Order: sequence, then structure tokens, then C-alpha cells
Amino acid sequence: MTGFGVDLLTLVFLIPLFAAVILAMVSNYRLGALINVLAALATLIAAGSLFFIESPAPGDYLLVDDLNIVFILLNTFVGLTTSIFSMTYIAHELEIGRLTPRHMRFYHAMYQLLMFGMNLSLVANNIGLMWVAIELATLSTVVMVGTYRTHEALEAAWKYFILGSVGIALALFGTILVYMAARPAVGEGMDGMVWTVLVAHAHDFDPALLDVAFVFLLLGYGTKVGLAPLHAWLPDAHAEGPTPISAVLSGLLLNVALYAVLRFKILLAANAEAIAPGPLMASMGMVSLVFAAFMLYRRRDIKRMFAYSSIEHMGIIVFAFGMGGPLANFAGLLHMVMHSLTKSGIFYAVGHIAQVKGTQNLADIRGLTVSHPALGWGLITGVVAIAGLPPMGVFMSEFLIVTSTFARQPLLALPLVFGLLVALGALLLRTSHLAFGEPQGSRDPARASYIPMYVHFALVLTAGVYLPAPLVAWFQSVAGLLG
Amino acid sequence: MTSFTFDVAHFLAGGLVLVSFMLLYQDRLYAVLNIFALHAFVLALSVAWQAYVQGAPHLYVTAGIALVFKATIIPLALHRIIRRLGIHRQIETVVGVGLTMLVGIALVALSMVVMLRVTQAANPLAREDMAFALSVVLLGLLMMTTRRNAVSQVIGFTSLEDGLVLAATGAKGMPLVVEISVAFSILIAFIVIGIFLFRIRERFDTVDVQALDHFRGERQ
Repeated sequence: MTGFGVDLLTLVFLIPLFAAVILAMVSNYRLGALINVLAALATLIAAGSLFFIESPAPGDYLLVDDLNIVFILLNTFVGLTTSIFSMTYIAHELEIGRLTPRHMRFYHAMYQLLMFGMNLSLVANNIGLMWVAIELATLSTVVMVGTYRTHEALEAAWKYFILGSVGIALALFGTILVYMAARPAVGEGMDGMVWTVLVAHAHDFDPALLDVAFVFLLLGYGTKVGLAPLHAWLPDAHAEGPTPISAVLSGLLLNVALYAVLRFKILLAANAEAIAPGPLMASMGMVSLVFAAFMLYRRRDIKRMFAYSSIEHMGIIVFAFGMGGPLANFAGLLHMVMHSLTKSGIFYAVGHIAQVKGTQNLADIRGLTVSHPALGWGLITGVVAIAGLPPMGVFMSEFLIVTSTFARQPLLALPLVFGLLVALGALLLRTSHLAFGEPQGSRDPARASYIPMYVHFALVLTAGVYLPAPLVAWFQSVAGLLG
Repeated sequence: MTSFTFDVAHFLAGGLVLVSFMLLYQDRLYAVLNIFALHAFVLALSVAWQAYVQGAPHLYVTAGIALVFKATIIPLALHRIIRRLGIHRQIETVVGVGLTMLVGIALVALSMVVMLRVTQAANPLAREDMAFALSVVLLGLLMMTTRRNAVSQVIGFTSLEDGLVLAATGAKGMPLVVEISVAFSILIAFIVIGIFLFRIRERFDTVDVQALDHFRGERQ
């Protein structure tokens, strides 16, 4: 459990932790924002170097394998770009007096604490540690959602806290049940919570107990993924918090909760007599997709609309993993990466748009391509990508999901395609209104950081046109791992 | 295990379910707090008994947390908050008491059926504990959904969490129990002492969550 490899692994979550402590003491907000970016960059470097070292043997607490390295890298990368976006975003918020420098200290510390929680839960090999880390990440986002202290922000934070806590409590009950199922096979003590040990012995576990445990875990962590009907917190939390937080919520925290579900899915799959977790996940994913697609039409708030789009896409991803098999798993992984990059890119654009127009109300924003071409066309690019139109990467992953579904369960493919088309219609309808026509509202030039947004879209476009062979091979091996 | 140790553990866990029922029908806030203190006290006894039976000294820490933090500090803090907000006379019932109690009974029956059936391999004490723990968790959820008041919702959540601690201590030899109960205490302390109640007071002059509901999730 010693050696260079493990040290690198701990750096992935220790850097954010130290940064959080330092940021809590830095009162100059410019310096704070800079430290935030540097810490995110250092974390990304640590995560990237995990590729080049030999994977250390899994310990009682930490683990790095092909599955979580994808999540860690995505997490730290979007963490970095969001911290860059956040610099310009908060500078504007301070200027218009929505936030004070005193808030900034708190905001930056919480941002790094969130990164700490997420990275720790991703490298955890211990289901208890994973639970504690996800709880920590949830708490830090609850506080950040309430940052603006407006009526709406407080309600959103309260709703998020209540639903998130219930989800987290159910997940803990599931975790305890997994331990109880494991105890006769692996004995008492720490081994009963170490994921690698659990998987190795899963065939000996009591299947009935494992079934009940998975239902609790799916409902518990599923609340955090934002699956319908447990999604009620998600649109409010996205709409009322600062936009960088919406970007990390959609792009990262939902994935972290999904990662927890996947770990337990693998555990269940290792026991032949337990229920197959796939159909449960596929049906929850399908319901979320169709439900969110229809909800997209009724939205009046731009951030809330893209929050519903996140529910839709998490539904697609969970559906793909629920279908299982090499192709669907591959497509699910690809879709998850594409969705994270695209959706956080969209939120960068939306954040600046809402700032320059002074409103989040869809009806009050028009003609962005005329008044703010860079932002307007950026938003169009993002929406084209997220709606699943070629040549973007999301099209490719959605295409793979649909074809693999058609090949195996043609009847299921019908509601899937239907949901995708409904969502596509809603997004294009709203965006044409936003982007074209006579400009409304402020025409002041935006002081925006375009680089994070366009870097994300460029990556999504590249993935849609050409996926490098090593990446494909990597994803295929992970898809095999997921069963 | 002797039948005496089993009976005591059974008695205490069953007592916790009973106190959960008592929480359900309290309509005055002070009464809710007092019953909640009793809830945490019974939990502390139950955990301490498990620590003694299992010979697991670290569980005494969990029992201590329940006794000091949940049975004493939280009720006192909430007492202060209620007094300062001037809502101690508030009476709140969303669903009728009779209906709530019936639903509660159904939930307990459900958890007995589910847990006793799936834990046949486990030892009797753990089985009973898990069934009671799930009952307490579900009753806590029921309380959270039938109450509109922010203070009562927090109490509902904390009682739900008591059920989780009972489950964790019942699963013999489970690691990280102390850490998890500390993490939960932080979560609750965060919310109770922290910002929310005061901010809600600051902004709306009420801690009635229903007052927040006129904002239906869309800007008009």
C-alpha cells in the first residue's frame, strides 16, 4: 500500500483538500480565483499521470482501475475549465453587487471541497468511504446553491438538502445491507466493505439480501443522478445557484453518483442468483428520458431548461448501462463523457448570456447571434451537440445506443427514439428563439471567457468525427468490465 | 447469546419504533422536540447494549454521540430557535393523525415482511434489528412528508438517521460505524445550527415550508 503510485493517487484528492484550506484563508478574491485554477490544474496533472504509472494494488480504501480513471480524468478536466470560467463569471457578479468579496472566500473553498469529495468518492475502494465522500460533495453543493440568498435560491437549496439527504440515507441503508450480505462470506471487519474483496466473493452472497440492497442503492444514489421520479431537486438547484456550480453539478456530480450505481451493478452481476440490475436501470432511465423530454417544452428559464436536458441525458446513459453488453456499455460511457463536456460548455455560454442580458427568462432573450455573435453561435453549437445532431460526438453515442437497442430489443427502441425526437424539437424551438430575430435587451459587449466553452465543443466535435483507436480500445475494455 | 441479552436488545429496538410512532402524532413543536430527545436516548441505550453484547468498545463512542449530541444539544438548540422565532404555539397537521398512524403501521408491516424474509441466514438479533431499523427509517420518511414545518422536517430526518445508526450497529463488526455517525452529526449540525433556519427566518418570517411553495419552480 506504499510507493509512488499510491502517492499520486492520494494527490488527486489531497490537492483539492489543501487548496480548500488555503482558499478559506485567502481574502483577496482575485488571488483566490487564481489559486482555484492552479489547484484544479495540479489535480488534473496528477490525474493524468495516473495513466503512466503502473496501477497500484487495490488497498482497503483506495483503488484505481480502468473504470474510475475515465471518471477521474473527466472530473478533473471539467473541474479545471469550470474554474477558468468561474474567474470571469464571479468578477462580473462582484461588479454588479450580487456577491461580495466575503462570499468569494467561502465560494472558492467550497468549490475545492466539492472537488475533494468527488475525487475521493471516485478513487474509493471502500463502499463506506465512497458514501461519506458523496455526502460531503452533496453538502458543499447545497451550500453553494444557496449562495445568492434569494427567496428562490433558499428554496432550491432546502429542497436539494431534503431530497439529497433522503437519497443519501437510503444509500447508506443499502450499503449496510451489502455488508450484511457479505459478512457470512468474507468475515467481519473491514473486508466486508472493500469493493474488490466484495466482487471477488459476490457469488457466495445471499442473493435475496443483495437484491434488497441494490434497490436501496439505486433509489438512494439514483436521487443524486437525477432519475425521475426523484429528480425534483435538480432543476431548482441548477437554476438558482451560481452558473459554475450548475456546470459542475450537471457535468460531474451526476456522473459521480452514477459511478456509485455502476460499482454496485458490477457487484450484483457477479452473483448469478441475484436479480439482474439491468432492467431496473433501463426502465428508470427510459422514464427519465421521456418525462424530461416533454418537460423541456414548458420551460421559461434558460438554466432550468438545460437542467431538464441533463435529466434527459442521464436517463439515456442509465438506460444504456441498463441494457448492458459491450456495445451499449461503450455507447453509455461515450455518451457520459460527451454529455459532461457539452453540458458544461453550454452552461458556460448560458452563464455569460444571463449576465450580459441581466435575466434568465427565455422570453426576454432574443437575437443573440446579432447582439453577441460569439456567445450566440457558441450556444447554437452546444445545442446542436446536445440535441444529438451530426457531426457532434453526442450524435455518435446516441446513434450507437439506438442501434444496439434496435438489435436486441426493437420495441424498447421506439420510446427511446420518440423521447430523443421530442427533446430535439423542444431544444431547437427554444434555441431558434434565443439565437435569431431582432435582439432584445442589453447589447453591451460581453466580457466572457470563451476558451473553456470552445475547447469543450471542439473536443465533442473531434469525438464525433474521429475517435482515436487507443481511446476506443480503452473504452471497450471498460465496457467489458461493466458486463 | 443468552436469551436475556437478546430480549433486552429486542426491547430497546422495539422501543425505538414505538417512539417513532409517538413522533408521528405530536402536533406541538416543543412536544416534538421532547419526544425526539427520548428517541435519541433510546437509541443511545440500544447502541450501548449492542456495544456490550458484541464486545465492541468503539460502539460506545456512537452511543455517546447519540446521547450528547442528539439527545441533548440538538433539542436544546432547536428549543432556542423555536423560541426566538416565536413559533412555539404553532400547531401543524397536514394529514390526519389517524391516517398517518395507519400508514405508519403499514410501513412497519412492510419492513417486517421484507427484512425478515431476506435475512434468514443472519443471526436472530441482527434480523430483528434490521427489521426495526427499516421501520424507523420509513417512519422518519413518513414524518418528513407529512410535516410542513422546517423544524419538524429536520426532526424527521434525524429520527430517520437514528434508524440507520441502529442498522449499522446491528450489523455485527461493521467498520466505519463511528465515522459514519460523525459524518451524519456534521450533516445535521450544519443544517440545524447553521444557516438555513436563520436565513429562512430572515427572508420569509416563517419556517413553514409551505410558505415557500408559492414559488412553484418557474419564474413568472
